[in-house]
Amino acid sequence: MIPIASVNPVAKLGAGLIVSLFLLATIDWVSATTALVLELAIIAFFGIEPKRFWLRTLPVWLAAPLTALTILLYGRYDGTVYFEFLLIRISDGSIELALATFLRVLAIGLPAVVLFISIDPTDFADGLAQRLRLPDRFVIGALAAVRMVGLFLEDWRSLELARRARGVADRGRVRRIAGQGFALLVLSIRRGSKLSIAMEARGFGGDTPRTWARESPWGQAEWLTLLVGLLVGVTATVVAVLTGSWNLIVG
Amino acid sequence: MTTTASSSTSTPTKPGSRFQWRVIDIVVASVIGVASGLIFVVWNIASVPALAPFAALLPGLQAIGGGFWLFAGVLTALVIRKPGAAIYGEMVAASVSALIGNQWGVLTLVSGFTQGIGAEIVFAAFLYANWRVSGAILAGAGAGLAMAITDLLLWYPGSALPFIIIYTIAAVVGGMLIAGLLSWFATRGLAATGALNRFGAGREIAKRV
Amino acid sequence: MRGLDLRIEPGERVLLLGESGAGKSTFLHALAGVVGDDEGETEGSLLVDGEHPAAHRGRTGLVIQDPDSQVILERVGDDVAFGCENLGVPRDEIWLRVRDSLAAVGLDVSLDRNTSALSGGQKQRLALAGVLAMRPGLIVLDEPTANLDPEGVTEVRDAVIRVAESTGATIVVVEHRVSVWSDVVDRIVVLAAGGGVIADGAPADVLARQGKELAARGVWIPQYPPPRPVRAERGPQHTLLSARQLTVGRSNHALGAPLELEILSSHALAITGPNGVGKSTLALTLGGLLPPVGGAVVASPALAGGAGEHPIRWKSRELLTRIGTVFQDPEHQLLTSTVRAELEVGPRALKLPDSEVDARVDELLTRLRLDRLAEANPFTLSGGEKRRLSVATALATRPQVLVLDEPTFGQDSRTWSELLALLARLVDDGSSVIAVSHDLDFVAALADSTVVLE
Repeated sequence: MIPIASVNPVAKLGAGLIVSLFLLATIDWVSATTALVLELAIIAFFGIEPKRFWLRTLPVWLAAPLTALTILLYGRYDGTVYFEFLLIRISDGSIELALATFLRVLAIGLPAVVLFISIDPTDFADGLAQRLRLPDRFVIGALAAVRMVGLFLEDWRSLELARRARGVADRGRVRRIAGQGFALLVLSIRRGSKLSIAMEARGFGGDTPRTWARESPWGQAEWLTLLVGLLVGVTATVVAVLTGSWNLIVG
Repeated sequence: MTTTASSSTSTPTKPGSRFQWRVIDIVVASVIGVASGLIFVVWNIASVPALAPFAALLPGLQAIGGGFWLFAGVLTALVIRKPGAAIYGEMVAASVSALIGNQWGVLTLVSGFTQGIGAEIVFAAFLYANWRVSGAILAGAGAGLAMAITDLLLWYPGSALPFIIIYTIAAVVGGMLIAGLLSWFATRGLAATGALNRFGAGREIAKRV
Repeated sequence: MRGLDLRIEPGERVLLLGESGAGKSTFLHALAGVVGDDEGETEGSLLVDGEHPAAHRGRTGLVIQDPDSQVILERVGDDVAFGCENLGVPRDEIWLRVRDSLAAVGLDVSLDRNTSALSGGQKQRLALAGVLAMRPGLIVLDEPTANLDPEGVTEVRDAVIRVAESTGATIVVVEHRVSVWSDVVDRIVVLAAGGGVIADGAPADVLARQGKELAARGVWIPQYPPPRPVRAERGPQHTLLSARQLTVGRSNHALGAPLELEILSSHALAITGPNGVGKSTLALTLGGLLPPVGGAVVASPALAGGAGEHPIRWKSRELLTRIGTVFQDPEHQLLTSTVRAELEVGPRALKLPDSEVDARVDELLTRLRLDRLAEANPFTLSGGEKRRLSVATALATRPQVLVLDEPTFGQDSRTWSELLALLARLVDDGSSVIAVSHDLDFVAALADSTVVLE
């Protein structure tokens, strides 16, 4: 098993970005398939429960065929045209593009979801501020807001029940959800204002340079993670170039 | 520690810079970003069935629903009124969406960044002084245009010209209505609840009433 | 707030009193240096150790009322360390201070413990530990125990006193409930609503001189308890709702053992018990808002009136005249942009004629002293006004059963006794009231029977 959970989140983010950039340079089924096969082989060693894997990656499995369908129907045509209706034109060219798109969405989406499952927001923020040197006031502000997600979800449930209690939950679903969304925004800004007072009172945003109670680790595991991302991207590109299917897209 | 409070001397009020981020700006911008990110997550899934009829009606028209991924930047900027607020709000929301997991993976961050820039450029062009409905709608359009460019490059390379044109127009219109107009109404509503009393957006409305 | 002249000596423990709107919170925030220079107007000077408070950020610690809004990070250790990081304390030193501070406030949990899993009292002590780790000379507390159950109140009060004794820090606390602090502070200062100081001195003296006046303005003074309602003769009682082998919970996870309950007309039932045993969940289940995990909530024919015997299956509109629910946080129930429109929501959903809607709304506005605020945005009301509004919205549709979750939480004594009088009259007139409450005085004054959950 690969202990991916303990790797610095910044390295995971970097690896995902590297693979994505290689895949973005081309649209062909060979590079996407190569990357996907390598990724799945690596993911198999992460030791993720199958149920959790399918649940979290579900959006990717839904979106891939739909994006491909759009390309199939409206993609650039080439070769034999099999079907034509208004703007729809299915051809050899659009079929090939659609297949490539399907595989590419999977190859970009799946590893990102899997790498992000194990990310702890606090470690991520530490990495962003200490390793990437992003401005610490903003990184920590965002981290403090992320911690409030649990409160937002509780608020949302209460807002829902409260609408039933007020006698307005029988009809007008869309309007009701919009109203709840607005109420949640009011509540969250109120909480945010109070939180900012608490943070400011604890010296946040002052002129003293900040120290860090936790060190954001960076060592062999992190370099290795980036290297694996690079290898996957390079292998996919090389295989595609060798088989002659690699095509640089610019616009 | 001795603490004294007295009215004997008078300190003139020192106004902070209009462009400087206070702690409350950072925290509330983050909170709006995170809350918007949760709406993105819901829309990531709900948009698939919701936009299918649009795509069937006219290819590319589905981009009109993209506005629900664009409002975070405009809304944050309208509330906070500081340089960078549009980019920051949209980036935080995109990060939440990516961390929870979606179909666009790491590239969600790229989209968030470009969409934020699209809105930011408009606010900057007005020297961060137009927070009226016109500014909001134009910023929404900017975000929509940025989204169209990014999406067509990243996800629909190899699409035919009619699709490109329709997609771009739909994205801009969706941006204007949902990200622009809706955010402007939301900001007004927020100001009326008193939640923005410590912000320029809130004080302005309070004065008018 | 204006015209305040005050001098607080090192090591003093001061309780600050005054009616709502006297600017107590503003003063505390100013002491902690967190009122922005670009906001509002300042005149005069406020000096901590002879300097502007902002220069002392970190030397002054602030604990606020809402436990959830001052937890900053996810892990207990990180949260306590936050202030030290901002002050630039070296890493090794930070963790020493974190351990010391947690020990000083008596919070004996692992450093990796998730902060959202803590109780209200624990969260407040966590905030105090975070302040303490910065080694402050002055600690200001803004109603630190107002949102806590009785055990939480004692926990936090004792922790504050322990900290003051061991560090010698100056303490300034604002609280409505005087009895919590009167025995442990050296001095009470009473602020006037318009500005300035009304009284200043030893607790016993100030309370003797000003107690009656303060009590009339909503401050809780032990010697002057708020008036309690005189109860009227009540008619015969009959069953409206019953809980049969009821277990409650969220997402099918049952809290506690099965319950048998009879909810009677002309009867007030109180539900009490420690945090986390499912009191609120029980209230929402009895209110027909959450489905039971096991057993059933059954409405009598007299209550159901043709709507079926299970309240959870009723339509939202059918609940209105049968069971009203008042949530712990009034803001969760707000739907519109004016107080008047808020009161009209229920009657309009029932399709009552305009004249009847107006009559009911006007009557409630007057009865609950909200008439002056009819056109105000409900979110802008004070805590007590919001509470009265949320009760009024439920009363507007005249439900036979009224369920309330912690109705007296954080209220001043004036709103407290108004609420009590209102609810007592409802019960006397034949309604059934179910109240979840930590507030033992409230329970003693209202309840005809009490269920203690464990």
